[in-house]
Amino acid sequence: MTSIATAEPKPGRGGRGGMLSRLMWGSGRDRRRRIGENPITPYLFILPHFALFSVFILFPFFLGVWMSLHDSTALRDGPFVGVRWYQQLFDPSNRTQFPRFWNSVWNTVLFVIISTPLLIGFGLALATLLNQKVRGRNIFRAIYFVPWTLSVSVVALTWWWMFNGNAGFVTLFMSDTFGWSPNWLATNPWAWISILVATLWWTIGFNTIILLAGMQAISADLYEAASIDGANKWQQFKSITLPSLRPILLLVITLQVIASFQLVGQPQLMTGGGPPSEAGGETTSVLLHVFNVGFSGRRELSLGAAMALVVAAIMVVVSIINFRLFSSERS
Amino acid sequence: MASTLDRGLEKDQAVELRAVGTGRRGGVGRILLYLLLFLIAAFFVLPLVVVVSASFKYSAEIFTDPGILPADPGFENYAALFARAEFVDWFRNSAIVSSVGTFVTLAITSLSAYAFARIDFPFKGMLFGLLIVTLVLPGVMFLVPQFKLIGEMGLYDTLPALVLPGLAGVFGVFFLRQFFLGLPVELEEAAYVDGASRLRTFFSIALPLAGPALATLAVITFLAFWNDYLWPVIICQDNCPLPAGLRLLQRQYTGDPGLVMAGAAVAAIPVLILYLALQRYIVQSVASSGIKG
Repeated sequence: MTSIATAEPKPGRGGRGGMLSRLMWGSGRDRRRRIGENPITPYLFILPHFALFSVFILFPFFLGVWMSLHDSTALRDGPFVGVRWYQQLFDPSNRTQFPRFWNSVWNTVLFVIISTPLLIGFGLALATLLNQKVRGRNIFRAIYFVPWTLSVSVVALTWWWMFNGNAGFVTLFMSDTFGWSPNWLATNPWAWISILVATLWWTIGFNTIILLAGMQAISADLYEAASIDGANKWQQFKSITLPSLRPILLLVITLQVIASFQLVGQPQLMTGGGPPSEAGGETTSVLLHVFNVGFSGRRELSLGAAMALVVAAIMVVVSIINFRLFSSERS
Repeated sequence: MASTLDRGLEKDQAVELRAVGTGRRGGVGRILLYLLLFLIAAFFVLPLVVVVSASFKYSAEIFTDPGILPADPGFENYAALFARAEFVDWFRNSAIVSSVGTFVTLAITSLSAYAFARIDFPFKGMLFGLLIVTLVLPGVMFLVPQFKLIGEMGLYDTLPALVLPGLAGVFGVFFLRQFFLGLPVELEEAAYVDGASRLRTFFSIALPLAGPALATLAVITFLAFWNDYLWPVIICQDNCPLPAGLRLLQRQYTGDPGLVMAGAAVAAIPVLILYLALQRYIVQSVASSGIKG
C-alpha cells in the first residue's frame, strides 16, 4: 500500500493523467496528501458503506447471473441448466414462457410509449402555468406535488377505490352525469386508463417541479429581448424555453422512462394484472410478471432471474437510445 | 433510480421565485388562469378527500352512502385496524425501518462520500466508478438474487431484511460527494495544521457544514424507506411494513373498502404531516437533486 501511495502523481491543475490515472486516482479536488497520514485511513472511511454495497449489490449482480443459469426455486437449489431459460424466453415455439413474457414486455412498452409523452407534456404545461405571475404559486406547486410523497400502494389503493365498480367516485360520477360508466378495472381499455390516471396523479408533480426549477433558471433578459423583437408567447416558449430546458428535459424523460418501465404496484393492486387473457393478463407489466413467476406460486427463482436480466438489458438499451436521441439532436 | 442536476444546492436555494415573461394581462385571461390552477389542484386533492371520506364509513355504509361528507362518520374502521395486532406491528415496523435506515444511511454514506471527495488513495477512481455504474442499473435485476441472499442469511421476514439492501444504495454517496466537493477546503486544512485527524476534521468541520445536504438526504431517504413497496412485498410475510401490509389488507378485505382506505390513510398520514411541515424544503430538495421515487 505504502509504496503505491508514495508513487502518487502530483496534483497539477491542468493537464494531468490520462484515462488510467483518472481511474486510479479519481478526479477529486483536494489531492494534497498529508505527510505521515496512515494510508489505510481513506479505506476505513469507505469501508462501512462499501462492505454493504459489496454484499447487497455487487455480489447479487453475479449471483443473479449464476442463478439464471440454474434450475432453482425458492424451495430447492437445482442443477446447472445453461441458457435454458433464455432459450425458452426467446423461442417463439415455446407455448408458455415465450407468450407470457413478451405479452408483459409489450404491455409495459405500450405503457411507456403512451404515458411518457403525457407525463412530460402535462409536466411542461403545469410548469408553464406556474411560471406565470400568479399569486399563491408556492401553494399550488405544493398541492400538485402532494401525491408524489405517497407510497405506490397508497396511490394504487386510492385509485382502486376511486374506480371501484360498485361505489367508486369516478363510477358514480360517470353514472350520474352520463347514465353509464365503464367497468373501469375489469375491462380494457378502461383498466389501462385507470392505471394511467393513477400514474399521472402520482408523478406529474415531480416532473412539474423539476421543469419549473429549470424554467426559473432561464434569464429573464432573453424573454425581454424576444418580446422587444416582437416574438409572441408561443414563439418564446418554442425558441427560448424549450431549448434552454433541453438538459433538464433529457433528465426528466430518462427518469420517467425508467420509472414507467418499472410499473408494478398499480396493476398489482388495481387490476391484479387483468383482465385475464391467454397470454396471462392484459395489464400485467413485465415487473409484475417477474414477481408472479419468481415470488408467488411455485417461486421459480431461476426463471425470474433470467427474465429480470433480459428486462434490465432492454431498459439499459432503451436508456442509451433515449440519451443518444435527445442529446445529439441540435446539441 | 436517481440522478442529479449538475448544480450546487446553495445555488439552487438562492434561485428566486420570479415570474418570467408575463406582463399585466387582461382580467379574463387571469381569471381563466386561476380557474385552471384551481381545477388542477382539485384533481390532486379530491382523491385524498375521497379516501378519508371512505375511511369514515363503516362496513356497508361505504356502498349505501355515496356522499363525500359521510352521513354517519365514525372511527370504527380505524378502531378495527388498530385492534389488530398485525396492523400495529406494520406501523411499528415502518417507523423502525425508516428511522434506522435513514440514520445509518446518513452515517455510512457521509463517511464514504467524504473520503471520495477529499482524500486521494489508490484505486479511488475505480472504486467510485464501480459505485456509479450500479446507479444506472435497473433495480429489477437485483430482486431475485437479493431475495436468495437474504434467505441464505436466515433473514427472511425480519426487519434487517427490510433495511439492509437499502443501505447498500449508492445515491447518498454520490449526492454528498458532490456537496463536499463544493465546500472550500481551507477550513479543513486549517484544522489539519492544528493537528486534527481526518476523522476529527470530518466530524467537527465538514459534517456541520454539510447540514443542508444531510437534511435533504435524510428527508429523501426517509420517504424512500417509508414508501418502499416492492422489496417489502417480496421479503416479508408476518413482519411487514405498512405499504406491503396494505396489500395483505386489501386481499383480506376486498369487500370492505372502508377498512382498506383507513389503512391507506394511516400509511399516508405520517408522510403528509412531514410534507406539511417541510413542504417548501422538500420541494426544493427534490428540485435540486432530481430524485425519482
